[in-house]
Amino acid sequence: MGELLVQDKNIVVPGEELATGMDYLPGAGTFRDGERIVAGRLGLTSVQGRAVKIIPLAGKYLPKKNDIIIGTVTDVLLNGWRVDTNSAYTAMLTLKDATAEFINKGDDLTRYYSFGDLIVSKIVQVTSQNLIDLSMKGPGLKKLHGGRVIRVNPHKVPRIIGKQGSMVSMVKNATGCRIVVGQNGVVWIQGEPKDETFAVKTVEMIEEQAHISGLTEKVKSFLEENGYTVNPDARPDETDGYYSDPERHHGDGERRYPDGERRYGGERRFGSDRRPRDRDQERRSRR
Amino acid sequence: MAYEQRFDGRGMTELRPFKAKAGIVRRADGSAMFQIGDTVAYAAVYGPRDLFPRFLQDPSRGILRCHYNMMPFSGSGERIRPGQNRRAKEISMVTEKALLPVLDLSEYPNAVVDVFIELPQTDAGSRCAGICAASIALADAGLSMKDMVSAIAIGRIEDKIVVDVNKKEEDYEGGMADIPIAMLPRTGELTLLQMDGELSKKDLARAIEAAKGAVKEIKEVQRQALKDKYEGDRK
Repeated sequence: MGELLVQDKNIVVPGEELATGMDYLPGAGTFRDGERIVAGRLGLTSVQGRAVKIIPLAGKYLPKKNDIIIGTVTDVLLNGWRVDTNSAYTAMLTLKDATAEFINKGDDLTRYYSFGDLIVSKIVQVTSQNLIDLSMKGPGLKKLHGGRVIRVNPHKVPRIIGKQGSMVSMVKNATGCRIVVGQNGVVWIQGEPKDETFAVKTVEMIEEQAHISGLTEKVKSFLEENGYTVNPDARPDETDGYYSDPERHHGDGERRYPDGERRYGGERRFGSDRRPRDRDQERRSRR
Repeated sequence: MAYEQRFDGRGMTELRPFKAKAGIVRRADGSAMFQIGDTVAYAAVYGPRDLFPRFLQDPSRGILRCHYNMMPFSGSGERIRPGQNRRAKEISMVTEKALLPVLDLSEYPNAVVDVFIELPQTDAGSRCAGICAASIALADAGLSMKDMVSAIAIGRIEDKIVVDVNKKEEDYEGGMADIPIAMLPRTGELTLLQMDGELSKKDLARAIEAAKGAVKEIKEVQRQALKDKYEGDRK
């Protein structure tokens, strides 16, 4: 008979035994070793029926398709831009996906995005080698001007955003700041200097207390104590709701792929230097 | 004279007092301190991150790089020349090999995880302390690991097997072997086994058996260090 060795929402470290027997199933962040289910990383346990999994508490952002991230332009290339993603990998923003405008051959690309520019962009593809393609086509995707940037633990982003963007829209509304939260843990805040500083404080507080239940109430009273009024009728705007797709940000460390999508096989492309060659091949085959 | 009593009065299988703390370097992705007796090791983990030069990249998995360094004022009072030396290179290499079996870096092709181990104070057993600290730091960095790694130096002094040798014992001239051992505490698999001195096959088996008990104690402290950090976050 199987036995659970931990409770729900326990902090476990790698190598800790979570359950014995075949009655329980190993979920994300765990593995089975003979009769036992063992923790494969640091995190909080989550027991759902027979499945035991681990919600990660630490770690770098892992790029996922369809995530909205805030990146920094680090290089301007011939056919696009290289973007820092606050993960282990840099991303590529190609001309095709960068803007709706027509870009002439030989144009100065820094006119669109230059070094150090912050952009809100969407990940359109992640290959098996973690080559990332970004796009700027979509609602709310834009270059950011001014404001300030803070980095938070990417695993706490879902909490900062809240259900359907409720948390971030509450802070936005009360402080009058413009806030964009990237799935990669980069948060951009812009407003009056005083409000901006306070919004930073609030976001940091949400990050610190992300695990507490009833956090929305706490944040609300925190805002009110400091002289901000929270409008109960405030609804998340278009760009907040954008992150609200529950399939998109789950924060449980599981990587989900749409049906039929495979990460291995398929075309392998090496950033900038592959495309001209592809074109040559096409030309040859047409002949 | 036979070696009946340890120089510092410990029992034969008794460790020096030891403690650990996770998350001490704020800028790092993961970090830890591990102190055993007068040996103190700090470890900081950066990454996974981009790896350059490119020829070092491995397209099938991320790589691990360890840097072991004794600070100039650590040790017995003789100034240690700063920078790389043959010994530090060797220890960096064995540390890497001791930690790699538990790490799963397949999710991070072409990337690197850097582990920096600094020792401000040493009294033998520094590579073991370094491995213990690094293992906590790697878990703190949120990497996939199948177990913690705990390490301890076992010694043979004359006919006695002693656990956790200090510098005085290491320098004992009446027949001494020093055996640093790193182990996965859950399964008892070895990831580091070195020897300095002479040792019979039988004594080696005794040494490994002695390490098993010590490693369990260390693992508990490592686990508690991580829990303290994240429980602290919860309050």
